Amino acid sequence: MSIALKVENVNKYFREPEEFHVLTDISFCVNKGEFVPVIGKSGCGKSTLLYLLSTLDTDYQGKIFINDQLLTGESQNNLARFRNENIGFVFQFHFLLPEFTALENVMLPAFKLGKLGREEIEEQAMDKLRELQMDTFANKLSSRLSGGQQQRVAIARALINNPTIIMADEPTGNLDSINTGLVFDIFKELSHQNGITILTVTHDLDFAKSADRVIEMVDGRIKNS
Amino acid sequence: MMVDTLIAKRHLMANKKQTLVAMLGVTFGIAMFILMISFMIGVNQFMEDTMLSSTPDIHIYNDIKTDYTVSIAGDYFKNKNLLVSVRHPKPKHVNLNLKNANGIINDLRSDPGITQVSPFLSTQVFYNYGPVQINGYINGVNIIDESKIFDLRSKMTEGQPEDLLNTDKGIIMGRGLANKLNLVVGDMVTLTTPAGTSMSFRVVGIFAIGIGTIDDTRSYINLANVQQLMGKDRSYITDINIKLINNKLAPSKAGELYKKYNYKSDDWQTANSSVMASNIVRNVLTYVVSITLLTVAGFGIYNIMNMTIKNKMKDIAILKAQGFSGHDIVRIFLSQSLFIGFFGALMGEVLGFLLAYALSRVPFPHNDFISLKYFPVIFNPAHYLFGLVFGVITPFIAGLMPSIKASRIDPVVILRG
Repeated sequence: MSIALKVENVNKYFREPEEFHVLTDISFCVNKGEFVPVIGKSGCGKSTLLYLLSTLDTDYQGKIFINDQLLTGESQNNLARFRNENIGFVFQFHFLLPEFTALENVMLPAFKLGKLGREEIEEQAMDKLRELQMDTFANKLSSRLSGGQQQRVAIARALINNPTIIMADEPTGNLDSINTGLVFDIFKELSHQNGITILTVTHDLDFAKSADRVIEMVDGRIKNS
Repeated sequence: MMVDTLIAKRHLMANKKQTLVAMLGVTFGIAMFILMISFMIGVNQFMEDTMLSSTPDIHIYNDIKTDYTVSIAGDYFKNKNLLVSVRHPKPKHVNLNLKNANGIINDLRSDPGITQVSPFLSTQVFYNYGPVQINGYINGVNIIDESKIFDLRSKMTEGQPEDLLNTDKGIIMGRGLANKLNLVVGDMVTLTTPAGTSMSFRVVGIFAIGIGTIDDTRSYINLANVQQLMGKDRSYITDINIKLINNKLAPSKAGELYKKYNYKSDDWQTANSSVMASNIVRNVLTYVVSITLLTVAGFGIYNIMNMTIKNKMKDIAILKAQGFSGHDIVRIFLSQSLFIGFFGALMGEVLGFLLAYALSRVPFPHNDFISLKYFPVIFNPAHYLFGLVFGVITPFIAGLMPSIKASRIDPVVILRG
């Protein structure tokens, strides 16, 4: 199995309001197609770690590789392009653009990538929505959808550019148990059948239990990996 | 790029009322600019035209310069070792004519920058008709030359300039003067000079320049008649009017002529410096008011963009997470601001044009001194172009700062909540 994500000796400090060592000597690997929840108590640094891995936060020491490509020290514009092409995001709050329909929200990252024409993108976006059983809501304004529906649209959006890795920050934090189960099933299917690496920060231990592997964090360190 | 425009468009459409309000700010700014500048430049143009219909490009004349510092007593006591001081001397008699006038005229006529030269002899007279006596001026002219400089033909209300040549001792009178004396074409009027000589003339034409002080006092008669009336010889000329090919060169040309002939040379701008000064004041006023209005509109846009960006923090964060760069974010928000500016300015141009057109159809209050039927308004495409450019630059500057601020938003801070 090839390695999707490699982290070497990552250290992170918060400088405000006073210096604080958030992450200490983090090193681990995630293989392609793995579904890995990151768990830990509030304030243990798991979200901070996720944002470092997602290249949104570049203020750290150490090295991060995704698909064997060193991302540490790349320019913001290069990182933006890299995220667009390789990383899908799912957040606790779904963050769909309210002025756009569900379908358009899914299409936007593909427009940005600019590899396909409008019709092909629309076709693919419909496919993704269909996979998540959201195709009937495609032309609804995203602000008119329920929380669970929005989260499924957000997952479809994360998938549109066929990323190798999906990063999720508490994707079920705002959902009821039925929708949580749904999201969990979707993630599992994506990783096992489509070979997409999924890294998700979660509080939900049920969610974590049935995963391939769990990264547990305690006070800025990895407990058992 | 395309997707940035799409997002910008959606943001604008999602908040139509706010977009419209921002646009109206620019619209009113530009409309007022167009209205004001069309009117102000119209007034300036009217003033300039009126001025040029009564003032030649350059006027050469012999200014009274009586030298009171030397006295004939100095000549008398020349060889004695005395300090001569005469208290409060009287001016001595001076001839107001231009010496060697013919030489100067021929010289001016050969100048390639000068299209028209009209020598004349001007003097004060009393107009007598019946028992009425009115003080005024006559200009003894070669009517063909004078007519070419001031386009008298178009100012004649009765008769033609050439009638002066066809009549023995004819006179063309200002309308105000003719009205005061109740003279009509064909009547005889007697002119009396300050020296006491008098002569009768037949009215052959009436003109109206549109400036009260001229129409009420001036008349034209043939140069030879005035010379005869004053008892002067055929070369006695007091003034020369000159028309240039390009009247903007008048000030420098006037200086040149002064040096050459050593006679006072007034260019039309100097002669009308108070009008020119008020032109400048109007121009400055127009620009100050317009820029103020646009600045206010600019602050409106700045506020609205700031608010929009504050409301869209989450959207900006998610766009950045999905791979939109800082440049994309600047483009998204700056293009909104530019859209507001461009269409606001376009609407402003239309509104400004309509207002200016409406003003140009408003009758000007009737006035004996000014020949204006409607408010003077000028339609110059350059003003509209300037308005458009300005209407786009202001929102660009107003939108730039909030847009750059938006592009610097750290998505991590927003996404973590």
